[in-house]
Amino acid sequence: MKPINQTKITFPSRSSNEAFARGAVAAFVAQLDPTVDELADIKTAVSEAVTNCIVHAYPGTIGNVYITVSIFEDGRVRLRIADKGVGIADVQAAMQPMSTTGGAERAGLGFTVMQTFMDTLRVRSTPGKGTVVTMGKTIARRC
Amino acid sequence: MFFRDGRGDRGGGMAPGRGKRGKKDREVKKLAECRLEQSGTVLAVYLSGEIDHHAAGRLREQIDARILAASPERVVLDFGGVGFMDSSGIGLILGRYRLLQDTGGVLAVQGVSAQIAKMLRLSGIGSIITLEGSANV
Repeated sequence: MKPINQTKITFPSRSSNEAFARGAVAAFVAQLDPTVDELADIKTAVSEAVTNCIVHAYPGTIGNVYITVSIFEDGRVRLRIADKGVGIADVQAAMQPMSTTGGAERAGLGFTVMQTFMDTLRVRSTPGKGTVVTMGKTIARRC
Repeated sequence: MFFRDGRGDRGGGMAPGRGKRGKKDREVKKLAECRLEQSGTVLAVYLSGEIDHHAAGRLREQIDARILAASPERVVLDFGGVGFMDSSGIGLILGRYRLLQDTGGVLAVQGVSAQIAKMLRLSGIGSIITLEGSANV
């Protein structure tokens, strides 16, 4: 199924861009007239995925974060958040709740949140090449 | 920044100041801030804005500096002004909890919105932290 609308956003992996990423995705998804809760869920999932890129993908340096937001006829939103960073050796292990390599201040809940707040989540990664997180959520149609 | 509801200039998007914090304030404010108020051995931390990984770093420094300086017996994290929080907020709470375990104090959380309560439930943090008032987790 082809999207009826799509946008691509690219920005450097700086933490100051986390709020921008949330706002940009929310602004684009607004055309589906989501409820406050649906929008909050999507913003939270975006925040988690983008933060993962910023914290983990490019240790000691800055790289790009690539977001693609696609909207489909049936009200489905697909978020694709990708980086060309170090990648994840064991995705299954990384997705376990409270598993983190980010230090004492990180809760290790990013993937759990994405899984709970979105309808679908898929994580693909190749160490040394990068990671792609794809998430989907259907916005309820309201007449 | 001028707001159409007649509240006038808030001085370039700075904190709304004291006064009633309603749902509108929660939603509008982006930049995360904390206002610290000490009363005896209780430290109240009034958080506002959006709490993400970027904000948590700054907030953590400010809160920890006060905890280490004042050694409060009780720290209350008030989320009444927080319009958005991702799991970095959980990390913020957990980090303060651990610090207080070292300094000998208790941590409480209050004023969470429904969305934040959802996040807290997901983290299971209710089993170690006191959730008060409107924090129906």
